[in-house]
Amino acid sequence: MSRFALLSFEFKESMMIALRAIRANKVRSALTMLGIFIGITVVVLMTTAIKGIDNSFQKGISALGSDDLYIDKWTWFTNNEWWKMRNRRNITMEDYEKFKDMAKLPIAIAPELDARQSLKYQVNTVDNVFVLGTTADYVRTTNFTFDQGRFFSDVESKSARNVCIIGSDIAKKLFPLGNALDKEIKIGNEPFKVIGVLTEQGSFILGAFNPDERAYIPIGCVFRNFMNRAHGSITIDVRAANTAMIEDTKAEAEGLMRKIRGLSYNEENDFGINQQEGLIDNFNKVTGVIKIAGLFITGLSLFVGAIGIMNIMFVSVKERTKEIGLRKAIGAKRRSILAQFLMESSFICLVGGIAGLIAAILLSFLVNQFIVTSVDYSAVVIAIVVSLITGLVSGLAPAYTAAKMDPVEALRFE
Amino acid sequence: MNIINIEHISKVYQVGTEEVHALRDISVKIDKNEYVAIMGPSGSGKSTLMNMLGCLDTPSSGKYDFNGVSVSQMSDNDLAKIRNKEIGFVFQTFNLLARSDALHNVELPLIYAGVPASERKERAELALVDVGLKERMHHKPNELSGGQRQRVAVARAIVTRPSIILADEPTGNLDSKTGEEIMILFNEIYEKGNTIILVTHEEYIAEHAGRILRIKDGLIESDASVSNRYIPKARVAAEHA
Repeated sequence: MSRFALLSFEFKESMMIALRAIRANKVRSALTMLGIFIGITVVVLMTTAIKGIDNSFQKGISALGSDDLYIDKWTWFTNNEWWKMRNRRNITMEDYEKFKDMAKLPIAIAPELDARQSLKYQVNTVDNVFVLGTTADYVRTTNFTFDQGRFFSDVESKSARNVCIIGSDIAKKLFPLGNALDKEIKIGNEPFKVIGVLTEQGSFILGAFNPDERAYIPIGCVFRNFMNRAHGSITIDVRAANTAMIEDTKAEAEGLMRKIRGLSYNEENDFGINQQEGLIDNFNKVTGVIKIAGLFITGLSLFVGAIGIMNIMFVSVKERTKEIGLRKAIGAKRRSILAQFLMESSFICLVGGIAGLIAAILLSFLVNQFIVTSVDYSAVVIAIVVSLITGLVSGLAPAYTAAKMDPVEALRFE
Repeated sequence: MNIINIEHISKVYQVGTEEVHALRDISVKIDKNEYVAIMGPSGSGKSTLMNMLGCLDTPSSGKYDFNGVSVSQMSDNDLAKIRNKEIGFVFQTFNLLARSDALHNVELPLIYAGVPASERKERAELALVDVGLKERMHHKPNELSGGQRQRVAVARAIVTRPSIILADEPTGNLDSKTGEEIMILFNEIYEKGNTIILVTHEEYIAEHAGRILRIKDGLIESDASVSNRYIPKARVAAEHA
């Protein structure tokens, strides 16, 4: 036999021997599998949940528009001294009007100003909703789609009519039975007519900024009803023509804003031009922590599983000392014994891992109720590779112990 | 030519601080188709000698040639190969795999010899027929009587067609009638031209052999041919013929 043929023969035979041993000790094998089963279930679920969170964030980002700039009094996600930013002048509607007249590169410009209000329809109430006041152009800075109705028009916006667009979650809470269109709701104490309902964005990770949980009204209504014009600092949403144009659009916006705000060359910007990049960085920091914690927990559960397997394999080796002695006496080499026990532990782990994978897929339907997600191919590959490696690693020490047994001693073992 | 040629072998064990001399300067030659019984009280060193002959253990000093090949300095793996190809073991406690049927138990040494599955099955079946267990091939050890279990073990020992068969107290766990049947089986195997080494402390079992080697305190006390060895009546063989 060639060396390769010999090795493949030995591989096959060790596998058969391992399978026999597993079948012969069904209960013990099943209990051993349990450890890896739990570990793999946790690993796959964790990966799946993290993926779901990522997806949700990406969706939210793309719903808001990834080519957008936000001109704000505050510079987001910096370590600048906040009190300096706090003392900056507000960005006013006048600033916005001037900017809108002068800016050439953006394809859409809209002001926004949030007011935190309660929304009511008959007996249903949703508290602490970020009601966003803006103009008709706002919808062109986003990628919103509508379930029902439309965004408000230029006329409605300019004349500050009491009309609103609500996010899908708000719609569900206020109108559990369905049709929201043309209904009159109360925002604060003011009546507003619902003229549009947004399609669900599913970006729960954005929290209060999740479009599903917001309402949109003309900005004039905010000033009239909820906030003194003098106090609110607006944010100007600017959409670049495309991703390649972001930097140019940003440069133009910076120059224009400095001019509008009358800054001389030696003065610092008293506004921030923010991008979602900042948001993404921040998100990555947060999910990074979640991922590391998740990895640690799953790693720990796998480790515990591996220790369990090692323990049981040691017991199994001890129990089968006489068998090992016999096998050696009739000609098993060290590597045959080593292979036999390694195969056994990796096979147990593989089966446990696959069972864990199936359990995780079933459980992911449950997780799906909270985080939109699904198990993907990478999780399958991870589960199989991780369980095989766990099997090999945890089987190594017991298998080695078995392989180096002295046949005379082993045969004498009772 | 001698199958076994042992020259001035000794084996020293370290037990705590004490040195135990299990074998002291033993020399033995065993020819092909000899039927040798090794006798001795417990602690005499006969087990050590048997382990040595079976290539399960290596001597502390001395020379051991097996079929003209020096095995006294061999590595574990090479010894495993020799055991697999050249030696068939029969143990007092049978040492069968409890959860495997007779056929698989007999196949076991062939697996380690690298014999393909189909040929393995064929040869194992033949060996089981040879020991009179044609009808019991798919029974597990706990479904077999003591005598039948030992027959499976004998089949496992002869299935590789080894140069010697090494039996350690093969009748020790059997009643005298079943023991007798096993001795008949050994006689048949011997008469087919095999070499058998039998370790026992029972005089009447040793009398089946053509040569008796007595060990005491690690030394050979006597080594004598038996002129009129006891040949058991081949009743069982006749029944199966």
